[in-house]
Amino acid sequence: MPTMLPADSVGLVTPQTAHFDEPLALACGKTLEAYDLVYETYGELNAERSNAVLICHALSGNHHAAGYHGKDDAKPGWWDAHIGPGKTIDTRRFFVIALNNLGGCHGSTGPCSTNPATGRPWGPTFPLMTVSDWVSSQARLADRLGIERFAAVVGGSLGGMQVLQWTLSYPERIANAVVIAATSRLSAQNIAFNEVARQAIRSDPDFHDGWYGEHDTLPKRGLKLARMVGHITYLSEHSMGAKFGRDLRSDALNFGYDVEFQVESYLRYQGDMFSTVFDANTYLLMTKALDYFDPAGAWDGDLAAALAPANCPFLVVSFSTDWRFAPARSRELVNALIRAGKPVSYVEIDSPHGHDAFLLPDPRYQAVFGGFMKRIARERNLEGR
Amino acid sequence: MMRADLALIYGWVPEGARVLDLACGDGTLLEALARDRKVSGYGLEIDPDGITACLEKGVNVIEQDLNRGLANFDDDAYDMIIMTQALQALRRPDLMLDEMLRVASEGIITFPNFAYWRHRVHLGIRGYMPVSKSLPHAWYDTPNIHLSTFNDFEHLCRQKGLIISDRAVGNGDHEGHWSSRWWPNLFGETAIFRISRGQGHEQARYRRELL
Repeated sequence: MPTMLPADSVGLVTPQTAHFDEPLALACGKTLEAYDLVYETYGELNAERSNAVLICHALSGNHHAAGYHGKDDAKPGWWDAHIGPGKTIDTRRFFVIALNNLGGCHGSTGPCSTNPATGRPWGPTFPLMTVSDWVSSQARLADRLGIERFAAVVGGSLGGMQVLQWTLSYPERIANAVVIAATSRLSAQNIAFNEVARQAIRSDPDFHDGWYGEHDTLPKRGLKLARMVGHITYLSEHSMGAKFGRDLRSDALNFGYDVEFQVESYLRYQGDMFSTVFDANTYLLMTKALDYFDPAGAWDGDLAAALAPANCPFLVVSFSTDWRFAPARSRELVNALIRAGKPVSYVEIDSPHGHDAFLLPDPRYQAVFGGFMKRIARERNLEGR
Repeated sequence: MMRADLALIYGWVPEGARVLDLACGDGTLLEALARDRKVSGYGLEIDPDGITACLEKGVNVIEQDLNRGLANFDDDAYDMIIMTQALQALRRPDLMLDEMLRVASEGIITFPNFAYWRHRVHLGIRGYMPVSKSLPHAWYDTPNIHLSTFNDFEHLCRQKGLIISDRAVGNGDHEGHWSSRWWPNLFGETAIFRISRGQGHEQARYRRELL
């Protein structure tokens, strides 16, 4: 990074850790006796505590949503395009909280943490988490920070599922919901992609049934493959074509299995990078949380009935070339909200970037999302700040 | 200041009604109705600027092309359905009428009256396709592919067995002038109809399947 921080950056940020001793009962039947949540905040909480916005992260995300940890950081937080002074989520108006979910590998209690009962790392014995469990833990973090009700809870992809769960678990604690590039439940195709990723990890000889830490190894090859498959599904055919086409790394074909096409090189690089920074057990657990989420499941598939508790305005956003969580999935959610008579707005952004579009800047995306946030700020008298 | 036809419609929507506003534009009408008359509902729009304006106002807006029908809205889910200045741009205005009166028992529709005297002068005397304040486009780039007149619309409603409970004209500067009251087909620039289901109701349910 930049020796000079950009003017619309939240600047240098330092993660904080909240420790919780109150046991958390989980959907799987187990209980976490104690746990840590690591989080970052941007902007300032106002005296009325009415300007807090919670950011929920996606599969491989974490608490570092905006700004820089140090002057040598190559890149800012994962949603820096949308969080900062004057940006979509304007930190001059809103107090923004981003956390690392339980089961994560960036500081919150997860498979890499020590299990107090055994003195060993949790590894594969860390309980499987659900979206609902995450939301319960997020509500406790809100309690800790003195936030009774969020001005908005916001998230894309798996993060959008958490937003939806917020409106069902704690309707009185969420004033607005922004659900981006998400779905109320994965399709069979989506679960299939997750299963390929899991099999890639679990069949790596270095995986050791999840005890790789004790064997001083890492299932890098498996995690790399999982990420490569995932990455393909985050891009659109068009964006891959535009970025790489059939470009070769050298002038001629080699008639071998080393990297020849640029797209191969890119995928391998992305997979390699990811496999050194992300924990395999966390990846497995996150994909399961995705697969399990289905609020309509307990209602015979009737999503409108499942949405009965929700009572805040929703903004649902999809992207035209997103085939992982296609616009049709967002429309299902919107139509169920309409059927249930809930306040909802829906926008489909024309973007070439596939599922990844939710992370990127885009003029219409920013106008729509920013317009919704401006209305929230106006209603809460946060504008003059 | 609200557009003249919107101001009139505003007065026709009952307090507390559930409303669907097709082609809601920047949400001016729904915002006023929600604020003053406790009306709830959704606006449908495809224009990006209109949608953003709705979001900034806090109007529920769904990005949806009316030509794809209203299948995602349940029968009788709304008290009033409104469509201003969009009928003439639809692929099948007649099917949309059926759809509208499927989801709501009552509807308000406005459209530019092609038989307005200025339009007649353009076409009948000068020999050009009319261009006016209500029809500002040239023939080759106009979105208005199904132009009709006050009389045409009444005829279609009769055919469908719909009840016209009220009608009015919007006339830009001299609204409510005696001439447009007596000869709306000649002196009304904008046609405004308030319609409800007649015997055509069962037919409407059938037509839904065709869309």
